[in-house]
Amino acid sequence: MNADQTMTMLLHHGFIIYAHLWLIPLAPFVGFLVNGLFGRHLPKWLVTTVALLAPLASFCVVLCDSDRSFYPCVETFGQWISLGSLHVDFSFVLDQLSLVMLLVVTGVGFLIHVYSVGYMHDDPGYARYFSYLNLFLFFMTTLVLAGNVLLMFVGWEGVGLASYLLIGFWFQKPTAAAAGKKAFIVNRIGDFGFLIGIFLLLANFGTLTFSEIGAKLAVSPALTGGILTVICLCLLLGAAGKSAQLPLYVWLPDAMEGPTPVSALIHAATMVTAGVYLIARTHFLFDRAPIALATVAIVGAATAIFAATIALAQNDIKRVLAYSTISQLGYMFLACGVAAYSAAIFHLVTHAFFKALLFLAAGSVIHAIGGEQDMRKMGGLRKELPVTFWTMTVAVFTIAGFWPLAAFFSKDAILYAAFVHGTEGQILWFVGLLTALFTALYMFRLWYLTFFGELRSPDVHPHESPWSMRAPLVILALLSICGGWIGIMRFSSYLAPSVGVHQAVSHIPHLEWILTGAAVLAAFVGWLIADRYYLRKPQRPALLAVAMPAGYKLLANKYYVDEIYNAVLVKPLFAISRYVLGWIVDTAILGGIAWMLAGIASFAGMILQRWQSGNLRSYAAWLAAAAAAILLFVLLPELLRNFDFAIAIVRH
Amino acid sequence: MSFLQHDVPLNWYLLLSTVLFSLGVVGFLIKRNLITVFMSIELMLNAVNLSFVAFAYQWHAVKGQIFVFFVMMVAAAEAAVGLAIIIAVFRARNTLAVDRIDLMKL
Repeated sequence: MNADQTMTMLLHHGFIIYAHLWLIPLAPFVGFLVNGLFGRHLPKWLVTTVALLAPLASFCVVLCDSDRSFYPCVETFGQWISLGSLHVDFSFVLDQLSLVMLLVVTGVGFLIHVYSVGYMHDDPGYARYFSYLNLFLFFMTTLVLAGNVLLMFVGWEGVGLASYLLIGFWFQKPTAAAAGKKAFIVNRIGDFGFLIGIFLLLANFGTLTFSEIGAKLAVSPALTGGILTVICLCLLLGAAGKSAQLPLYVWLPDAMEGPTPVSALIHAATMVTAGVYLIARTHFLFDRAPIALATVAIVGAATAIFAATIALAQNDIKRVLAYSTISQLGYMFLACGVAAYSAAIFHLVTHAFFKALLFLAAGSVIHAIGGEQDMRKMGGLRKELPVTFWTMTVAVFTIAGFWPLAAFFSKDAILYAAFVHGTEGQILWFVGLLTALFTALYMFRLWYLTFFGELRSPDVHPHESPWSMRAPLVILALLSICGGWIGIMRFSSYLAPSVGVHQAVSHIPHLEWILTGAAVLAAFVGWLIADRYYLRKPQRPALLAVAMPAGYKLLANKYYVDEIYNAVLVKPLFAISRYVLGWIVDTAILGGIAWMLAGIASFAGMILQRWQSGNLRSYAAWLAAAAAAILLFVLLPELLRNFDFAIAIVRH
Repeated sequence: MSFLQHDVPLNWYLLLSTVLFSLGVVGFLIKRNLITVFMSIELMLNAVNLSFVAFAYQWHAVKGQIFVFFVMMVAAAEAAVGLAIIIAVFRARNTLAVDRIDLMKL
């Protein structure tokens, strides 16, 4: 009896032990409710306990479900929409892909919750912060577990909401409030694409369930391109908005206004990878739409190098990491675009480890020197902050891609998959390689500026962070070291049932070794340049900036993309809103109609009010006159008849 | 009571009722004193009562008489409330002239 038969038998006999997937989102939701509703009145230790137990409980449920013998495990909790032939259920699906995502989301999420206890310790909005964080986990797990596109969209919007709330957490700061709005509005553009994609899926497949769409595609192998390309491009727009890809990446650097653990959890490790997850989840569509897939690859590669170059000239430590995140997400899109979905997810996992670590370590640095984020005012912190320094060192070497750290394996897998993807793949590979060089360069620049040399703020006394912040750093550092050792082969064969098998074959002998060597060489070159410029001769970068003012200004001002968007999109939109919609439509047309109606009413009132003399006897006279008139009206025919009768008698 | 039924026709009662009612209306319209106006209202009510009773006798229907009781009851309540209002008005304005109690005017 093979596995399928066993499963059928179990299904028929009702032997399946339910995985209780609903528990996974429920735990954070309960945490959100408790801390959101009563958090202000609860003692701090209770808030902390509730906030930490929620992700821990979810993580434990995920762990319990992780060794199931067969996937996908589908659980339906009732019907949501039933309209004609359209049926949408509240259904959760656990398969290899969602399991990997869930482990990352709840595991890294829990570590960042622990870190937040130390980081947010003195904040007056302590309970509010944790309720938002739990709300985020609720929506993120819903997004990952969703069995159909619509439920995924609910989670998708929900994480956007949580992101908005947490970016604007310090809403007293105008910049933070503006950054939250910016993130929300830019994401609307992406969500518009996602929604159109959902409608097109519904119109063309009649269902929104992932497995049913996949099954319908499987039975019609001739269906490629055409409408599928349109659907995939719409989904790509959604994914690019959420995952901060060109041209919708502009919200992510501004999102750094939020607390640093939020940047680590939402804007590095989990939420921004939702776009990659969406593409991997709907890979059966993208596989049939080569044009859309190529677009994904190009967008990814372009974003990767674009963001990496901007990161070279940023001085805010968190902004460097934000552009680094955008760049790494570009890698993942590049991997998706060459149909190496498992490599993309692999990099997603390792990235979650090392980028969360980078952000948390940066947060530890910021915490230690009293909220300063400008790297030009840091320096020499390796003695005062040993734990932060060593964990950050691990993270920097990991993201640069040195053996045997996690990103070495995942980045290699992506670059290899790109290289063997035909001629255009080699261009993509070269862009990826160049990005790897820049990545190493800006990360070591950050490392040197922060931890080496002399402290450039004389009146600051750095102090190492509390244990609740150090422990997550150490755990994430261990994960960043070991996270890649599973290897891409084992990882992709594990994920194969979810994302399909895309075996990249090469005819060049020892190609993998050559590409690996090139990648590591690029990382070394980046390190070497950073070493020369930022450690040995710290005055050199300034000289370079003076020597090439145009290039430096272009990078330091982020290619003026924000300014261009402002001039091309935001300003005209404001002008149209104010002058056309505001003045003409609202004030002139709608307001004019309203004023006209009001004018008619008040004119009529002016005439009728003469009646209301306030004189009791005039009212009574009107009343009596009206009564007499009605009486006359009723009795007149009778009177007339009697009158005729009388005349007749007289004549007679 | 049989002479009522046989000797005086219904029309006479109705005529009397009409006269009383018209007196009430005219009094209501031309009198200035609030109390006189009030009495005119009572007069109108009693005119109506008279026609009710007359019809009730004519048609041997007890409903009319029951209705008269209702009207009397309402009139009594109205008298109580109305007189209270008149006293309050007099205290506030020091006059009972209907023409000068015109605060409702815009």
